[in-house]
Amino acid sequence: MSSPIIQFDQVCKSFDSQKVLDGIDFSLISGQTTVIAGASGQGKSVTLKLVLGLIKPDSGRVLVMGRDVSQMRSRELNNLRTNFGVLFQGSALLDSLSVFANVALPLKERTRLSEAQTKNKVLSILEQLGLAGHEAKYPAQLSGGMKKRVGLARALMLHPKIMLFDEPTTGLDPEQAMEIYRLLLKTQQKFGYTSIIVSHDVPKIFNLADQVVIMAQGKARSFARPEDIQHSHDPEIRKFVRITMGEIYLSKNLENNYEEIKF
Amino acid sequence: MLAHIERLGERSIYLIQDLGRMGIFLSLAVRAIFNRPFRFGELVRQIGLVGASSLILIFFTASFTGMVLGLQGYYALRQFSAEGAIGPMVALTLLRELGPVLTALMIIGRVGSAICAEIGIMRNSEQIDALECMAVDPFRYLIAPKFLALIISVPLLTLIFNVVGILGGYVAVVLLLGLNPGSYFSAIEMSVVNQDINMGIIKSLVFALLIVWICAGRGYFVHQIRSAGFGAEGVSRATTQAVVISSISVLAANYLLTAILI
Repeated sequence: MSSPIIQFDQVCKSFDSQKVLDGIDFSLISGQTTVIAGASGQGKSVTLKLVLGLIKPDSGRVLVMGRDVSQMRSRELNNLRTNFGVLFQGSALLDSLSVFANVALPLKERTRLSEAQTKNKVLSILEQLGLAGHEAKYPAQLSGGMKKRVGLARALMLHPKIMLFDEPTTGLDPEQAMEIYRLLLKTQQKFGYTSIIVSHDVPKIFNLADQVVIMAQGKARSFARPEDIQHSHDPEIRKFVRITMGEIYLSKNLENNYEEIKF
Repeated sequence: MLAHIERLGERSIYLIQDLGRMGIFLSLAVRAIFNRPFRFGELVRQIGLVGASSLILIFFTASFTGMVLGLQGYYALRQFSAEGAIGPMVALTLLRELGPVLTALMIIGRVGSAICAEIGIMRNSEQIDALECMAVDPFRYLIAPKFLALIISVPLLTLIFNVVGILGGYVAVVLLLGLNPGSYFSAIEMSVVNQDINMGIIKSLVFALLIVWICAGRGYFVHQIRSAGFGAEGVSRATTQAVVISSISVLAANYLLTAILI
């Protein structure tokens, strides 16, 4: 079995008096897709921010590629972050820049590629993600699905080892959501990254998962297979299942019809 | 009683934390000015937004301020048959005090508020987080060009304010009230020394730093300002706070600098 690329070791985090994470403990294996699910306010996005070093844990360690993120200086953290690609919930495109400039930003800032090389790379990824012809548009002129695709293109520009997806399908209609899922599968196959997907879109999102982590009451319960969730006797997990997955749909791949499994 | 003391303690801790945050913000922003790669194109764009676009505002503010100074001064000095001192009065008031202060207040209203709102919106929509995640230093990319643009533009705008204000005074007392044109300028030439001009420039540099520090800082920490709340309302409250705090800071700094430099 491969060694963990990301490891949470007894991580606690509070905001004011509210304890969001209470000693969470799980690992992510290189090349795999981990889905983090749970109700709102259970610390799913906080988990991503901890991985990125945007916030520090109150106690415990977050190890990325064997190194404790919270102990890193800003320069080390910046070097580590070149291994990450992030697709934000609201896409987080710089709204004063065009689609082209947004996607080119990581290359311009982090590499020494020439203008021509940058242009080729940007146009190539935009074409792969179905955005050819939209380079000159600004984020305000794009639909929600297109913004997500531009965000994905930007995140992939530096060939990240780890991709973090924060609610990748929130606010999208089912067709656009399905398109994003297809792109996640396609790009993961192409780039071979490890991915963490924080999502509310349960159970559909489980189609992509190698591992599922359910966050509840400040704790994280990890399951090697999505199907294992239904066998859990943990009352919090049962509650989560009851609320979010009265019916669960699992399939081997997204192109097939869904197979219905009743709890 | 205990609850009041508790609240006072809580507010004091918050104030100290806030001052600490703003102190760190200033040091990171100043350091980022010297970090490479330098965004020269963005600096030029920001100077255009801060400086060139503010010229009309500065022109009108300065000309009417100079005119009203001339008018008031003329009627006050005429009582002592000292109309000849009107030129130096207008010039020295503008060069030492009103030029830098009014330019700073205009820039706070026009540019400082925009800087705070822009950075606040970028913070709320995770654009700053996105920069950090791309290993792009937001201080170098976003804040440093604004710092430099204000530090370059505000003293220049102050100098323009002074010249236009003195000409405004000339229009009021020479062209409208009939004072001898030669005596207006020759009296200014005799009484204004380099120290007066330098005082105005030093003040405008300090004001520029205060404005961009407070306005950019309030926007950057919009998510951590307790009274600001969240979302659009948070940005709006942070912007109001930035304008109020920077205006008061400019006025307080003006007194301190005058006391030191006079």
